[in-house]
Amino acid sequence: MTASVTTTPARDAYGPNLRQRLAARGLDAVTLLAVPAALFSLALFVYPFAFGLVLSFEPKAGGWLSNYQRFFADPFLYETIGKTLWLSLPVTLLNLFLAVPIAFRVRLMRNQRLLTAILVLPITLGTVLVAEGLLNYLGPQGWFNRTLMTFGLISQPLKLVHNYWGVFASLLITGFPFTFLLTLSYVTGIDPALEQAAATLGANAWQRFRHVYLPLLMPGFAITFCLSFVQAFSVFPSAVLLGAPAGPTRVISIAAYQAAFEEYDYSMASAVAMIMGVVQLAIVVAVLASRGLFYRGPASGAKG
Amino acid sequence: MTIALSKFDEVRLDRVSRDFGALNALREVNLTIKRREFIALLGPSGCGKSTTLNCIAGLLPVTGGAIWLDKHRVDTLKPEERGFGMVFQNYALFPHLNVRQNIGFGLKMRGTPRAEIDRKVNEAIGLVRLQGQENKLPGQLSGGQQQRVAIARAIVIEPPLVLMDEPLSNLDAKLRLEMRAEIRRIHNELGATTIYVTHDQDEALSLADRIVVLKDGIVRQVGTPKELYEAPAHLDVADFMGFRNRLKGKVVSHENGHAVIDVEGARFKGVARDALAPGAAAVVAVRPDDMVASDEGPHALKAVVDTIEYRGREFVGTAHSAQGSDLVFRSDHTVEPGSTVHLTADERVLIFPGQN
Ligand SMILES: Nc1ncnc2c1ncn2[C@@H]1O[C@H](COP(=O)(O)OP(=O)(O)OP(=O)(O)O)[C@@H](O)[C@H]1O
Ligand SMILES: [Mg+2]
Repeated sequence: MTASVTTTPARDAYGPNLRQRLAARGLDAVTLLAVPAALFSLALFVYPFAFGLVLSFEPKAGGWLSNYQRFFADPFLYETIGKTLWLSLPVTLLNLFLAVPIAFRVRLMRNQRLLTAILVLPITLGTVLVAEGLLNYLGPQGWFNRTLMTFGLISQPLKLVHNYWGVFASLLITGFPFTFLLTLSYVTGIDPALEQAAATLGANAWQRFRHVYLPLLMPGFAITFCLSFVQAFSVFPSAVLLGAPAGPTRVISIAAYQAAFEEYDYSMASAVAMIMGVVQLAIVVAVLASRGLFYRGPASGAKG
Repeated sequence: MTIALSKFDEVRLDRVSRDFGALNALREVNLTIKRREFIALLGPSGCGKSTTLNCIAGLLPVTGGAIWLDKHRVDTLKPEERGFGMVFQNYALFPHLNVRQNIGFGLKMRGTPRAEIDRKVNEAIGLVRLQGQENKLPGQLSGGQQQRVAIARAIVIEPPLVLMDEPLSNLDAKLRLEMRAEIRRIHNELGATTIYVTHDQDEALSLADRIVVLKDGIVRQVGTPKELYEAPAHLDVADFMGFRNRLKGKVVSHENGHAVIDVEGARFKGVARDALAPGAAAVVAVRPDDMVASDEGPHALKAVVDTIEYRGREFVGTAHSAQGSDLVFRSDHTVEPGSTVHLTADERVLIFPGQN
C-alpha cells in the first residue's frame, strides 16, 4: 500500500480524452462508416488497376516496355489519343457552353422537375439506343435530311453518320443531360440575393454574370467538365455504331478492344488502358489544379 | 439611364400596390420621403416591409401605382439603372471578394478610375471603422463587421437613397445598440436619405425622423416618433408602441377629448382617440409603465397576480382580471403570485372605440 494520498487527479486526467483527441485528427465513428466503402473500392478498383498495370509490363514478346514501345511506334495506335481528344474535348466544352445559359434560364422556372425528368431520360435509355435512333434520324433517308431536302435547303443528303459528326452528335446528346443537371445544381446553389445586391450596385446582367456568378461557379464548372470529359473520353458504342471506327473515330477504347478481343493480347490491351488512364488523369489534374486560382467556399452572402 | 443626381428633393410612392397572386402584399401605399430624411418602416412580420423596399429598389416590379424621384418615374427602371443603395436583410456580401473589393464593387461596375475607387473605398472603410480588415473575406468577419461592410458597400456609390432591410436583426443586444448609433451617425455625416425597415419599435423610435407603420400591406400611420409614441391613431399602432394592456369596457362619459371608461367596475380616464358615445363599447390602452399597483381605491381594477419579476428599480408583474383580461403592471414593492392587486392608471391612457 502506498503512503501518499492524492486528492487531485493526475495532470493527464484533464484536457481532451482519447476519443476527442482522435476526433480532432479526423478519426471518429463516422470514419468507421467509410471502411466498407474503402474495402469495396479496393476490391473493385485498386486491385484490377494494379493487376492491369502489372499485366501491361508482361508483354507476349519482347522487353517489359515493349507494349508501350509498340503503341507509340505505330501511328494506327498512338493516333487514337489525338482522335479521342479531338472528339471528347470539343463535345465536353460545347456541352458546358450550352448547359450554362440554359441552366440560368431554367433556375427561374417552375416546372423544373418535369424538365429534369425529360433530360434524365437519355441517360437511362443508354448510349446504344440513342446511337441507333440517331442512325435512323440522321441517316441519308432519315427525317433530318428529308426535311432539309423538302424545304429545298439541300439537294443531296448530308453525310451525318458513319463519320466524325455522327459520333459528335451522339456524344453531345448523351452527355448533355449529365452536364446540364450538374451545372444546374451548381447554379441554383448560389444565393440569388448576391445577384440582386450586384444589381443594386449598378452591375448589368453581363457584369453580374462575369463578376459574381462566374467566379463562384468556376470550381463547379471545373468538376462538371472533368466528369463530362471522362465520360466522353471513354466513348465506345457510338464511335463504332455512328462513326468510322477504322478512320477518324478510331478512338482509344477501340484500340483497347481490338487488342483484347481480336488479337487476344490482354497485356497490350492493359497497356492501352493504362495510357488511356494517364491521358484522362493529366487533363483532369490540370483542370482541377486550376481551381486553386478561384474562390472555393460557401456560395452565399449570408451572415455567419 | 442612370440617376446620377444625388441631389433630389423627394421620393414619392404613389398608390403603390404589389400582389402575389391573390395576396395583396401592398395596397395603394402613398408615401413621400424628403431629402435627408431618415424614415423607419415599422410593422409586424409579413406586413410588407421587405416588399416595399424591394419595390423601391427595383428587385420586385410593382403591380400598381408608380414611384417618382422628383419628376422622374423610376418604377419602370431596372435596379441597376436606379442606383439606390441597399443593405440586405442577410447582407448578401460577395463571398469571393475581400472587404475592399466588396466595398469597391459598385464603383468598379460604374467604371470609376482606379485611383478614385481606392480613395473612396478608404473613406468608406474609415466611416464604418473597418481599418485593418480590408483584406479579409466575408467568411472571416464577425456578424457586426459583415454588416458594416454591407453598409459601406451600399453608401460608397453615394446613392440618392439608402435602403436598409432589418440590418441589425441578427446581432446581439449590445452590438445592436452600437450599430444603431453608427447608422444614424453615417446617415448624418453623408447627408443621406434613408429608408430603414425594422420590426423593433425601439429602433424605429430612436433612429427615425418619421415612422411609417405598416400592417397587412396598408399604411396605418405616418408621424414623428413622438407623435406615434404619444398619440397612436389606431389600436394596432398603439399595440406596436408598447401599449400592452388593452381592456374592453363601456364609455361612461366623453367631453373635451377626454373619456371615462368602465372596465369590470373599475374606472379609467384617458384621451379619447375617436368619437365615443356614452354606453358604447371601447378599449382602454395602457403601457405597463403606467399601470401601477396601488392601495385599494374605489376606481382600481382588481386582478390576481400571476408572475412577478425583479427589474432593478421596480418590479414588473403579470396578472389577470376577474373576466380574464391579461395585464402587465409595475410595482415598487414585490407582491406574491396569487394575491390580489389593485391597478390604477392616471397618465397617458388612451381610449379607442371597440367592438361590442
Ligand atoms: N415571392 C413571394 N410570393 C408570394 N408571397 C410573398 C412573396 N414574397 C412575400 N410574400 C408575402 O407578402 C407578404 C409580405 O412579405 P414581406 O417579405 O414584405 O414581409 P416583411 O414585412 O418584410 O416581414 P418580415 O419582418 O418577416 O421580414 C407576406 O405575407 C409574404 O408571405
Ligand atoms: Mg422582411
